[in-house]
Amino acid sequence: MAIAVRSAPRRAEAGRGGSAPGLLIMGAVIGAIVLLPVAYLVVRASEADSDSWNLILRMRTVWLALRSLGLAAAVTLAAIAIGVPAAWLTARTDLPGRRIWTLLLALPLVIPSYVGAFALLAALGPRGLLRGPIARVTGWETLPDIGGFPGAFIALTLFTYPYVYLLVGAAIRGLDPGLEDAARGLGMNRWRGFFRLTLPLLRPSIATGGLLVALYTLHDFGAVSMMRFQAFTQAIYLQYKGAFDRTPAAILSLLLIAVAALILIAERRARGRARYSSVRSSARPPQQIPLGRWRTPALIFCSVVVLFAFVMPMAVIVWWFVRGLASGDEARLTWVAAGGSVGVAAAGAVMATFAALPLALIAARRRGWVGALADRVSWFGYALPGLVVALSFVFFAANFTPALYQTLPLVVLAYVVLFLPQSVEPMRTALLQVGPRLEEVGRSLGRSRGQVFRSVVAPLISRGALAGAALVFLTAMKELPATLLLRPTGFETLATRVWTGATAGLYSKAAGPALLLVVICAVPLYFLARKIEVAQVPEMEMHPE
Amino acid sequence: MRLRLITAVLGIALLATACGDDAPAAPPGSEAEGEGTVTVYSGRDEEFVGALFDQFEADTGIALDVRYGDSAELAATILEEGDSSPADVFLSQDAGSLGAIGAEGLFTELPSDIIDRVDERFRSEDGLWVGTSGRGRVAAYNTDKLSDEDLPDSILGFTDPEWKGRIGFPPTNSSFQAFVAAMIELEGEDATRTFLEGLVANEPELYEDNGSTVRAIAAGDVEVGFVNHYYIYEVAAEDGEIPVANHFFTAGDPGALVNSAGAGILATSANPEGAQTLIEYLTGEEGQTYFSTETWEYPVVAGYEPSVDLVPLDEIESPDIDLSDLAGTIEPALDLLAEVGLL
Repeated sequence: MAIAVRSAPRRAEAGRGGSAPGLLIMGAVIGAIVLLPVAYLVVRASEADSDSWNLILRMRTVWLALRSLGLAAAVTLAAIAIGVPAAWLTARTDLPGRRIWTLLLALPLVIPSYVGAFALLAALGPRGLLRGPIARVTGWETLPDIGGFPGAFIALTLFTYPYVYLLVGAAIRGLDPGLEDAARGLGMNRWRGFFRLTLPLLRPSIATGGLLVALYTLHDFGAVSMMRFQAFTQAIYLQYKGAFDRTPAAILSLLLIAVAALILIAERRARGRARYSSVRSSARPPQQIPLGRWRTPALIFCSVVVLFAFVMPMAVIVWWFVRGLASGDEARLTWVAAGGSVGVAAAGAVMATFAALPLALIAARRRGWVGALADRVSWFGYALPGLVVALSFVFFAANFTPALYQTLPLVVLAYVVLFLPQSVEPMRTALLQVGPRLEEVGRSLGRSRGQVFRSVVAPLISRGALAGAALVFLTAMKELPATLLLRPTGFETLATRVWTGATAGLYSKAAGPALLLVVICAVPLYFLARKIEVAQVPEMEMHPE
Repeated sequence: MRLRLITAVLGIALLATACGDDAPAAPPGSEAEGEGTVTVYSGRDEEFVGALFDQFEADTGIALDVRYGDSAELAATILEEGDSSPADVFLSQDAGSLGAIGAEGLFTELPSDIIDRVDERFRSEDGLWVGTSGRGRVAAYNTDKLSDEDLPDSILGFTDPEWKGRIGFPPTNSSFQAFVAAMIELEGEDATRTFLEGLVANEPELYEDNGSTVRAIAAGDVEVGFVNHYYIYEVAAEDGEIPVANHFFTAGDPGALVNSAGAGILATSANPEGAQTLIEYLTGEEGQTYFSTETWEYPVVAGYEPSVDLVPLDEIESPDIDLSDLAGTIEPALDLLAEVGLL
């Protein structure tokens, strides 16, 4: 019988477990690397004269910041509204075809948002492939313009909700079914049990997924510019690419960081101070909840999401691909690029996992400002547009470490900085679920810190680490701006091949690599979904730390 | 079991990176490069200039190390690299990016025999960069529905209500935005606002890029679109014959802007002779013929003619503005586009 206790941690118990000096030093080094782009921005911003400031302190800047914040809020709420039910349906109910839905609902994550936005426009835009059929079926001659806010909102929601879906799905599967029994023993019905008990337990994973979505929306440029939505990133890109003035660009980027910092603080507050952890594991499978008359609406919900977020973009890509087949493109180049993508993305995933471990350990085990800093520092690279991070690496590497400039290790390092929170967060959550008590037991049995880590902690957090590595791999596969600027000359990834074709307006040439990108990404995603599926369900005992 | 899985993932990742390392043809770093290698940062797409670079290597025996990217992003990269730039030559799609490098003093002056061969509208006043080809703004139109005489002599004519529901363009495209910036320089902000408001009143269809605009014209969704002149040939090369032709504005009309792709040599170049040979080649017979026949652009050196039926540059009289100086007007242009609701 599980005992559920929820309480705020006591300050006095400032945990020392797992925060050896070596770990703190590692954490500090990794933190410093993540903050390199911010340092670069400060250097550039310090060159500002009054002209640059006048350029920035305009109503338009505030207006753009508010628009971006509004978009981020709307996309985050929508992503949660899609991601949480989708996760619950696939994890806990008797939804027909559950296994396949588990994978299908995760797949939109592998579609780069610039490709997704393009596909949406190609399907529903003024020249849309689907306009004719829709007009024939419904009789609507003119569809509303999907450009602007609706377009940006739809595109970003459809291609980011899988963050919420995957993280919440993992959390639901990690819940102890005994808790629900206990809730019902206390006379709550299923719905009340869900809202009073399950939902609060899912709050950390919803918050983390929501944060990934919100900051993604805030730093995205590809989708918003294609949809003609005026966003804050556009002001930054304009300075770099239109006016060629790096000082205002740096100040604007720092403002973006400040906005992100506000969101980060708000999320940390919202997460609350309570922590939950489990001590034992049991193999008792969770009970499957029969959907009953909700089966059809549930199936419609999943179908509509998958149709718009995956089938439609894929159909557009395949359409162009088939057109391209006739002209016979160089398939060999695409295979070489695929090798490049997989290699550099996998290296990025492995490095991010190693870099995330010290931060996750410190964040989960230390209280006070050190823990808080370790918890939040990884987000600073993620909050910036890829181009800004890439240019900061150009600046540091070209001028201070020329041997590293335009090499693959630099690309991998940039991936680590860009995607670190995706690796830190699942690991930190896993660590919180383990709880420090196990380590204390291990230590009391006379094991060294290292031995305890290897034999107790590592096996328990490996699931979080793998999930994080998979997320980093998937996002690194589709990364473009940093890859383009930092890669060794001549090195190609699938994303750069897509770009090469698309900028030349030759969509049929972009379609092949885009298709292969999705197919390759589906493999780790399948294993990630399976891994979550068959994982043991730890019995959770919540206790005050 | 878990440990084995992690080890396996690690192993695969390392193996894959090792393979990836072998993939690029030339390792970076100057010591690995042959003596004759010239490093080019190319803002022009591989699809369009890759063959010309191959031809250059075969003709001169000088090896090229070409880094492709977006012109403006490569310009920003060069600015960040500063004196440490590995680049010898910067080939850009537009004059604005070249101007930015020139303004920072990162280009070296080109020899006068290269400068002098290029039309003076398409080179920097200080001899820091030269144009390699010209790209004109046009109104592309559907030939099944319109003939050239139906179209106005000035782009301002498209604010007439008779064009309601018949026009389209890509407002996020940088060439379109450069045109708006040029119009602000020529006619002032108020006149440009009036023009844009007139366009908006005619309920234009907005497209994501030039290619989509041309395809929309071909399909008859709209009758006229504002694009660069070579897109109708590019789309035709991919899609087959299309019923679309170019209408040129002339006599210095704001719609008649001709921008230039161009190149310059970095002041820090380790191989200035090789770099110079490349720019001579681009502005010489091989380069000019290539740009004329393969990418359907305007040659910018006297004595070479466009391969397709283009209105001669002399008749167009591209408006008299410094192309590399448009950067300062891009921001007001975007503000205006946002103000009238086109962005």
